[in-house]
Amino acid sequence: MPADFISNLYVFILAGFVGFELIKRVSPLLHTPLMSLTNALDAIVVVAAIIIAGRHETPLTTTLGAVAVAASFSNMVGGFLITDRMLRMFKTGRPKK
Amino acid sequence: MIHASALQQYLDFAYIVAVVLFILSLKWLSSPRTARWGVIGGEIGAALAVGATLYNPELVQYKWIIIPLIIGAGVGIPLGMVKMTAVPQRTALSHAFGAASAAMIGIAEYYVNTAHLTRFEMGEIALEVIIGSLTFTGSLIAAGKLQEILPQRPIVYRGQNIVSLAILAAALALAVVLVVNPVQAALFPAMVGIALVFGIMLVTPIGGADMPTVISLLNSYAGFSAALLGFVLNSKVLVVAGALDGSSGFILSVIMCKAMNRSFTNVMFGAFGQVQAGGAKEKEDRIVRSATAEEAASILEAANKVVIVPGYGMAVAQAQHKVRELYDTLTKRGVDVQFAIHPVAGRMPGHMNVLLAEADVPYDHLKEMDDINGDFPQVDVALVIGANDVTNPAAKTDKSSPIYGMPVLDVEKSHTVMVIKRSMNPGFAGIDNPLYYMDNTLMLFGDAKAFVSNIVKELGGAH
Repeated sequence: MPADFISNLYVFILAGFVGFELIKRVSPLLHTPLMSLTNALDAIVVVAAIIIAGRHETPLTTTLGAVAVAASFSNMVGGFLITDRMLRMFKTGRPKK
Repeated sequence: MIHASALQQYLDFAYIVAVVLFILSLKWLSSPRTARWGVIGGEIGAALAVGATLYNPELVQYKWIIIPLIIGAGVGIPLGMVKMTAVPQRTALSHAFGAASAAMIGIAEYYVNTAHLTRFEMGEIALEVIIGSLTFTGSLIAAGKLQEILPQRPIVYRGQNIVSLAILAAALALAVVLVVNPVQAALFPAMVGIALVFGIMLVTPIGGADMPTVISLLNSYAGFSAALLGFVLNSKVLVVAGALDGSSGFILSVIMCKAMNRSFTNVMFGAFGQVQAGGAKEKEDRIVRSATAEEAASILEAANKVVIVPGYGMAVAQAQHKVRELYDTLTKRGVDVQFAIHPVAGRMPGHMNVLLAEADVPYDHLKEMDDINGDFPQVDVALVIGANDVTNPAAKTDKSSPIYGMPVLDVEKSHTVMVIKRSMNPGFAGIDNPLYYMDNTLMLFGDAKAFVSNIVKELGGAH
């Protein structure tokens, strides 16, 4: 197996465990914002799409890259936006007078 | 492909900082008090990574980067501003976009490198593209069902599972042929096409009530396809972000399955709600008691402790703001009002919490099932609004019920149960609910929003 694969596998396993430990602690109250936030973070594939589009190798790959840039960037923008909108709504009870 | 130039080192460093911020972002999300920091941390990390990528020396043109970024923002902003009731379909749509991006990048990688792919690299690309493609179409179908463009009922036919699995096997077989000989370029689009069809076949048979699990599973697939893409491109930032997203979706799927007492295979291949058609018939003569808004109001007024149990019906009727008014009115009169939230109430994990938070219900009054179930014997009124299966006592007692064993809210133990429901039609899954025939149950027939609004009026009028 290639060396790159092994080092990526280490990273994947460690990140998977970190994710598991962190997400276990997220209150069920916030499971919807959790999903939209991880969606926005996952949209980081936009960096790979930018490279594919920007290398400009063949019309096909540039098109695929450009569409992927648009699709993933819309997830990034929309995901952060809606997560923030949701989180702003969560308020504790007002103190009783 | 990577030159160890000084610039490249700066870019790598930016990615490392982004990864740290992503992890902190999820850490901050664990509590409602720090959660908004999570968004800010994630935004800074993402901006840093995108900004650094624009300096990548491999880029030779920017036109087809900048224009798509503008289009992406133009699409993303409205998708970020949708109403809270539309959040489940928006989320499914974003799984589709994310998976499509990952698949398209994998496809481009294949065409760029076809001539010199090792078998190992070909295997990675094939797997990544298959998962990305099936998640793309599967998520589109899920979004269509949630938006009610497609029927929410499970669509099933005989031998469906065999056909679906045969399609998946065909895609995998093509992948194996490609691994043996990566230059057979004609087979690659066929593999992608078959994976796209499989995604449709996978989600079409699944009913609306199972959407919380399906949407979580698709989330997990979208994350893992991004992580696999990280393997293909040797990009650690993708591996980490994909692993975080994938494990998040996976944990949510496990929580949803437990909340329904079902296994993954049962959700994916067991088309819910088709099982039972006969059982309900025999008990036609059972007595149902109903009440008017006026009667309901006077019972609520006399109560000390009220628990409201919201479900998907509250979302459909857009009744959350009226429910908040009811909460305010009762609270002002000194009634203790809490909300009992079942994990699978609604169409995605946490759906009810977001709707009620939108209506300004303080989140410390939203109680998880395990925290509130013990309280029901001391509750004067349990008011069920648009929830059905999650309150069904048959899940505890009737071994023949399709939902037997599913953890449910013990509403029937409260002194009085009131259920707002359109009619006696069995719910979506077609499962009979004995709660409606119990001695302490009053049925309030009508639209959730209109009925709650009438109760609020009655309470106001009694001043």
